[in-house]
This record gives sequence, structure tokens and C-alpha cells, in this order.
Amino acid sequence: MAADFSFPDTAAKTAANLPQEFDPEKMSLSMGPSHPSTHGVLRIQFELDGEIVTKADPVIGYLHRGDEKIAENMTYNQFVPYTDRLDYIAPLANNMAYAIAVERLAQLEVPARCQAIRVLTAEMARVSSHLMGLGAYGIDVGAWTVFMYCFEEREKLYKLFEELTGARFTTSYTRIGGLQRDVPEGWVQQVDAFCDQFLPILDEILSLLSRNKIFLDRTVDIGVISRADAIAYGLSGPNLRGSGVANDLRKDRPYSGYEQYEFDVPVGAKGDCYDRYLCRGQEMMQSVKIIKQVVKNFPGGDWYAKDARKIFAPPKDKILTSMEELINNFMIVTEGPQMPAGEVYFEAENPKGVLGFYIVSKGGGVPYRLKIRSPSFCNLSLLPKLCVGNLVSDVVSILGSLDFVMGECDR
Amino acid sequence: MTTDVDLPTAVSQKFPSATPRASLDCPAFNVPPGEILAVLAHLRDAQGYDFLMDLTAIDWTAEQAPRFTVVWHLYSSTKHTYVRLAADCVDAAAPAMPSSTGLWPGADWLERETYDMFGIKFDGHPDLRRILMWDGYPYFPLRKEFPLAGLPADLPDAEVAAETKAGLIAAPMAGGPFVATPGGPMGDAEPRAKDEAWNEQTEKPE
Repeated sequence: MAADFSFPDTAAKTAANLPQEFDPEKMSLSMGPSHPSTHGVLRIQFELDGEIVTKADPVIGYLHRGDEKIAENMTYNQFVPYTDRLDYIAPLANNMAYAIAVERLAQLEVPARCQAIRVLTAEMARVSSHLMGLGAYGIDVGAWTVFMYCFEEREKLYKLFEELTGARFTTSYTRIGGLQRDVPEGWVQQVDAFCDQFLPILDEILSLLSRNKIFLDRTVDIGVISRADAIAYGLSGPNLRGSGVANDLRKDRPYSGYEQYEFDVPVGAKGDCYDRYLCRGQEMMQSVKIIKQVVKNFPGGDWYAKDARKIFAPPKDKILTSMEELINNFMIVTEGPQMPAGEVYFEAENPKGVLGFYIVSKGGGVPYRLKIRSPSFCNLSLLPKLCVGNLVSDVVSILGSLDFVMGECDR
Repeated sequence: MTTDVDLPTAVSQKFPSATPRASLDCPAFNVPPGEILAVLAHLRDAQGYDFLMDLTAIDWTAEQAPRFTVVWHLYSSTKHTYVRLAADCVDAAAPAMPSSTGLWPGADWLERETYDMFGIKFDGHPDLRRILMWDGYPYFPLRKEFPLAGLPADLPDAEVAAETKAGLIAAPMAGGPFVATPGGPMGDAEPRAKDEAWNEQTEKPE
């Protein structure tokens, strides 16, 4: 006797515990939070008509740690390690953005050498972030080799990060008013040597994809973001520039001495996945160009703001030999760097997009409110619109091309 | 640093109710909640502030009136400048604010996050749900009375909670971060929850 497989839709829906708003004729699919192509703990609740997405509802917050709440309860310097864990693919760039935001609050300018080191590390972080994004994107659309090439280069960068900061991943390199330490001897030359050998390899990596038939089929005309949408949804970084909007804060509102360096802002024409890929590839070349310029004109002098005595702790040898410096250090560590009351909003052009910090201070060493404007969060807010009408397999390609990090999205 | 120097006079001429707000960087205005959408639309359409970069709120604690302030940051991709707008929620018990999703669809998630963290309702928002915390979470974590260690609550999935008899507990922060309060000495800091189950006298339980 043949078994009866015809369940009434409502019963099947109740049994599967599906959201009520979904059309019973359509299929519901939950992608993530643990799925290789969602790059972290993003979950998307799809409504599918066959293989076409008719509705997409991203579910985020799986990595929410309450960073903004934590920031309200600790001194400015103590929060630096938490910024590592926002965009954990490019911690050095986050460190820099946060430090500059607090320095804007204190109306403090750091010396040229400090600015140059920050630019150097931020651009290295950008290269490392885009390498990661590119390698992972390759895997998403079926190209394993790219990943291997990218990770070899990324590993070289991580060796350099380790030598500079003592950590490969969670660098916590900046302090308010300066850095954790000066660059080690010979390190800048190593960075230069890395750049020289990296450029031909980057060409090789990009040549694996740029004219690859399979890659083109998976990316060209897929996930097109119109210029108007990109602006209306507050996109930033390569995702915005891929849609033809040449916004780059390093050019438009130079900070940390970016105005001294010559570089171009690559923009896309169509706003599809392929354009975003091209933008990232070209951005790496521009970053290398900036790094070479920093290395060539590496400034001497102080690497922290010497006159900001209530903000940056004195060097260790001074602390151990001078009573006043010891007290000063003690005050900075326990009470935090002393800030005036007021409000600032600072944004930096990070690898994933524009990372902003809005700080409300009532004075003292602890922020009253610290809001993190995370680029991944704003970039992902377009997903409900962007996924609809695409095949599920193309959603994988779209997600990879948006290059988001959930640590930053969920905070 | 570049700022839009002409903006303060332009805005105060068009909107006399928008008063300048103390700011260390960009021009900033306090706007009454009823006029905020008109000001935002004017800035977007007439002044070239085409990007809504950020939308958030500040909780000035329950003792203060008004308690909640919603803050918008706009960016102009032609002038390369920012402007900050702030509007106080009138009712502290049921804070509400007009939604700007009609002007920028990108405000959708930002308003959901502000609702999630502060409990501010955005009137006219198409789908105001929690976004970072789960649906049904009973607290608004970025309000000042919410402790850093968290509060006990039920697990999001009732079935799992019934099966495991587990629930959310306040995070014991023994050995955790130093905790401080803004503007006050470290001595007034929120006390850290310590694991009192063991110390020098009593053995650590297995």
C-alpha cells in the first residue's frame, strides 16, 4: 500500500515551526548562522519560490557582546582591545580609527611619526583584510587556489604585525595620544621588502580570477547595487565605490596625514559583484602605493604626543626614575586619560567601509556614551532588497562580494 | 578640519526652532521632535547631505528630563562635511520619535537597533523589531539602569529552556575589567560581581 505523502500545508508549516507570514506555497529556508558562505554568524531567513529568493530576512546579533555598554564602563585606553574585536580581520585600522576619534575629543594632534606609523599599519591592515576577503570570495564561488595564494601573503603580513605589536590578531596597537611602542629597528625596511615582492604576486592572484570564465559567470551582473540604493542605504567602502560613488574619506576628509600621499580611488561602473571584486583588487595596489610612500618619507621624532601629559603615559624609564611621572602614570592608568566634556563624531575609511565613533563625554577618563557606526551593519541592511529575485547560489556570491565581518556588525 | 560654515545660518533661518547644540567638531542642532523630519528632508534635498551615516540615542539617566536624545549624523558627499541633529524624546516613560525610514531606507536597521537598545519607538517604522537581541528579550540594555553584568532572563527558545531548565544569568565578572563611571572617581564604580563560592579560606569547589 502506497504511503500518503500529501500533507496539508498548514499542518506542515506548524510542524516545521515556520514564521506565520510566509506564503504556504513557498518554501522557507534558514541559511546560517553556521554556514561557510555567511562568513561568520549571519543567518538569513529566506522565502523561496523554487530556487528564487522572494523574501530575505537577515537575523543578526549572534555575536553581540555589548561593546557600547562595555565602553561606558571603562577608561578610554582600556577600550582599545575591544576595538580589535570589531572588524577582527583588520584590527590595526580599528585601533587607529578609535584613537583618532578620542584624540579629536581631546583636540590633540599626534606627531608626524605617529601619524605615519598609523597610516602604515592601517594600509597593511587593508591589504590583509582584502586578501582575506578575496580568498574567501574565491572559495565561495569555487576557486580554491586563490585562497592559498592570499593566505600565504597574509601570513607574511601577520609576521610583520607580530613583530610590531606582539600579537598576530588582536593587536591593540594604538593608545590615546600615541602608540603602544615605536617601530622596531629594521621593521620598516621589511615592510618595504614585502611590498616589492607582493605586487607581482597580487597581479598573479588577480589574474587567476579577473578573466576566469567561471568567476565571471558567477559575478558579472549578479547583485547589482544601483548608485541611488548605495547612497540611500548608507553603504560605504568598496561596496559603495563599486556602485560608482567615489567616496573615500582618506581623500575627502584626510586624517592622520593622508593628504601627503598620492593614490587613486578605484570606482566601479555597474555595481555588481565583479565591480566590487575589482575595486578591492585595485585598492590593494593603491594601499601598497601608500605604504611605499610612507616608507620612503618615514618621519623621525616623537612617536607619541609628549605634551599631552594627562593623556599619554610617560615612558617606562621615566616612570621608574621620577616620582612625578610615576604618579602621572598611576593617574592615567586608574582614572583614564582626561578628556574635556563634549561630543565628537569621527569616521575613518576602514577596509570594510566607514567606521565611525560617536563619543559623548562628560569629562574625565570614561566616555558617557560611545556609539560605534559599523560599516558591515549598514552594508548588510541592504540584504533584504539585494537578495530578492536572485538564485540561492547567487546569494552566496553576493554575500562574499559584500565582504562583511559579523564581529563588527553585531558589536 | 573642514566644516560647513554656512550651514548654521541657513538652518536657523529656515527653521527658527532649531537651536545650535554644543559640539566639538561639526555643526550641530537641537531640533524639536515634530520638526525633525522636515529638517532632515531639507538637509538632504537642499543642502546636499545625502548620506545618513549614523542614528543613535543617548540616555541621560532616569533622573534627567528629557531622558532620551536621538542623534542623527548626516554626511554630504559633495561638500565632504558632517552635520549632527539631536531631538529629545518628550515622554521618558514611552519614548517615541518620528521614523526617518521614508527619507533613507538605511535608517531601518539603525532605528531597529536604537529601539532594541533604548526602547525608543519610531513612529512610522515599517517593521520595528529587535535586531541585536532576540524578540521577547525583556530589557533595553543600553539604558543606564541596566547593569554591565546583565540581568537574569529566560532563554530565547522556550522549548530549550523547558528541557534544560537553564536561563540567562548575570555575568560573574571576577577578574573581569575594571569598571568605572564617567566623570566620577574609580571608587564610585559599579561593584564587580565576584565569585564568592571560594576564596583563601574555602577550597575551590570541584
